[in-house]
Amino acid sequence: MAPTQRSFAQSIWEFFCSLKLTIFLLISLALTSIIGTILPQGQLPPEYVAQISPTKLQIYSKLGFFDMYHSWWFITLLYVFSLNLVCCSIKRLPHVLKFINEPLLVLGDSQRNTFSLKQEIPVSGAPAAGRDTLVEFLKREVASPVVTEHSGEYHLFAQKNAWSRLGVYVVHFSILVIFIGAIIGSLFGYKGYVSIVEGSAVSAVEARNGQQISLGFEVRCEKFAVDFYPTGAPKEFRSLLTILENGQPVPGYKDVKVIVNHPLSYKGITFYQSSYGQANEGSEHYLTVNQRNGAGAERFAIHEGESVTFKDGTTLKLLETAQDVRPFMPDFTGAAARVEVTYKNKSPQTFIVFKDYPEVNAQRGDALIFGYQGTNARMYTGLQVARDPGVWVVWLGCTLMILGLYIAFFMSHKRVWIVLSKGHARMYGNASKNQAAFAMQFEDLADKLKNQKI
Amino acid sequence: MTSSMLFNATTLAYMASMVVFFGFLASRNQKVGLAGSLLAYAGLSVQTIAIGLRWKESYDMGVGHAPLSNLYESVVFFSWTIILIYMFIDLKYKYRIVGAFVVPFALLGMAWAQLGLASNIEPLVPALQSNWLLYHVITCFLGYAAFAVACGVSIMYLIKAAHEENSSSSVSAGGLMSLFPPTRVLDDLNYRAIMIGFPLLTLGIITGAAWANYAWGTYWSWDPKETWSLIVWFVYAAFLHARFTRGWVGKRAAWLSIIGFAATIFCYLGVNLFLSGLHSYGGGK
Repeated sequence: MAPTQRSFAQSIWEFFCSLKLTIFLLISLALTSIIGTILPQGQLPPEYVAQISPTKLQIYSKLGFFDMYHSWWFITLLYVFSLNLVCCSIKRLPHVLKFINEPLLVLGDSQRNTFSLKQEIPVSGAPAAGRDTLVEFLKREVASPVVTEHSGEYHLFAQKNAWSRLGVYVVHFSILVIFIGAIIGSLFGYKGYVSIVEGSAVSAVEARNGQQISLGFEVRCEKFAVDFYPTGAPKEFRSLLTILENGQPVPGYKDVKVIVNHPLSYKGITFYQSSYGQANEGSEHYLTVNQRNGAGAERFAIHEGESVTFKDGTTLKLLETAQDVRPFMPDFTGAAARVEVTYKNKSPQTFIVFKDYPEVNAQRGDALIFGYQGTNARMYTGLQVARDPGVWVVWLGCTLMILGLYIAFFMSHKRVWIVLSKGHARMYGNASKNQAAFAMQFEDLADKLKNQKI
Repeated sequence: MTSSMLFNATTLAYMASMVVFFGFLASRNQKVGLAGSLLAYAGLSVQTIAIGLRWKESYDMGVGHAPLSNLYESVVFFSWTIILIYMFIDLKYKYRIVGAFVVPFALLGMAWAQLGLASNIEPLVPALQSNWLLYHVITCFLGYAAFAVACGVSIMYLIKAAHEENSSSSVSAGGLMSLFPPTRVLDDLNYRAIMIGFPLLTLGIITGAAWANYAWGTYWSWDPKETWSLIVWFVYAAFLHARFTRGWVGKRAAWLSIIGFAATIFCYLGVNLFLSGLHSYGGGK
């Protein structure tokens, strides 16, 4: 039946317009968001899977708790939140616009009694004569007033910052703009990663979902370097990158320095310094071995993980190398290798040999003295890659939000009426915000009004 | 003179201010109240100089950066912003007694920083080498401080409201409670402090997002710190909307403000202590 249907539709509409729903949604979003800060998100670490019971694991994954910010119910909450915003605005905005565009020009008797701020002055002359003085007064002190003649009285109305009542809608709209920006980014953008070995170039990156994405140009890593503070803490991770089009360096994009907090952008794609390492695959390391009695020296090349056996039956295995040991051993700098040495019929011993400290290498009292001379290995730089065409929409939304918050919280719609009758003029005023401050302004205005000669 | 000595002087000034404010509560002598405020402002001035000096000291060491880079520096800065926002409220709204409930927060911060946290000036790790650090930290902490003031005012509200309920209509209007502003005023102050804090928190979240986008190419990655800042934002957004519906002013608003500040503190410290993420100053590391 039609009336029931209408009331049903009506109640749905009322539901989505209600402020109670807003508060419920804000608190629900706050509470549910906690889950994702406690449970691991995305790829679960094996240690976590091992310690949680299988039933729990199953329930949590069914509920989407391990990717909760993209789960159907969280996204639904955000959609209902947006719907609530839109409905609230559709319902209330017309009233506010009407309030701004069609202000109350004539104060009725009952309305006059509702004001806490009022001031009366006697008028000796005819109302029409005083009117122009008061118009000038309001124009000077507040804003140019609208004058209405009504049953023998003149009603003067002046207002300031009426549009500040729209601030809250600017904030609401800005949230939708940010959401739109985020959606554009997720539809038309991507986040990826690429590692480039020094001297080589790439033309594609791997997106988070594992997909290979072609860049449409090439990026070459000319060099990668790390600087350290004297304490051993890293100071700067630095890649020199060159953009190539058709194999040729693009002017202005040759040897560009990319460090953390200083990315490189080209054709809407941005490269961020993210990680680094030694490209060990196939690279050779150079070690030396000297007889302590000076009987002979030998230099040899070896790969990581490989072993070599000397004439006297001693075996050396190269466990790992680092081109700067300072992060691990603050007292030392430069390259070093960790080796496992097994003298004939002895148990293996593991130690570190340095490139720049031969005297430390010699301090071991063994028959053989080992040294490390470095590697032909190259470094690779790890870069985060992002393309996000929606990001400017997000910043636009953020700017609108700050602007809207400022208007909504710190600007006030001030209204002043003067009703000029035979024998007296009465002034009334109110403000949409910060009544206390307006009360002082009104007092000031009232003092000035008393000095008007009418 | 070193910044460390001045920070100790600051701590003492805030302690003296708190003691004098408690004396103000007991004596109801306006002069004592004025002394409490002046001590707090003296502490604020010394602390301002100390922060500037520490900034300079970092340059003398050759690792120059704004003193906002680790837990010690952030706690010190938090104390500074709390007194700054208190000063604003004291001078603008003339409710001096609020200091008795706000200065303890600043003292707590300074005492913890001076006694329990490593105060060495460290060089900046690459991730923090950005001007965004300054904008992000300043806006966030000014917001946090406004919420701390709102929380202090809300505690006053609850004490006063409980007292009024107990004494009902009887005449015991004198005593300590007469010093507290009327509940109506406290409720309004709570709202005003949050009105200052909310835009600042919003600005803090936005500058953080802008920085993240500039440094990593993602303005939002649901990192625990980001998520908790959003949770705090949701709580205060609920507070602001709740004021427009009946029944959510007064006591409920006071509780919401206290819950909001608890969430703020968790966002600031709890996330670093209990959860892992991108903001790894202090905490388990």
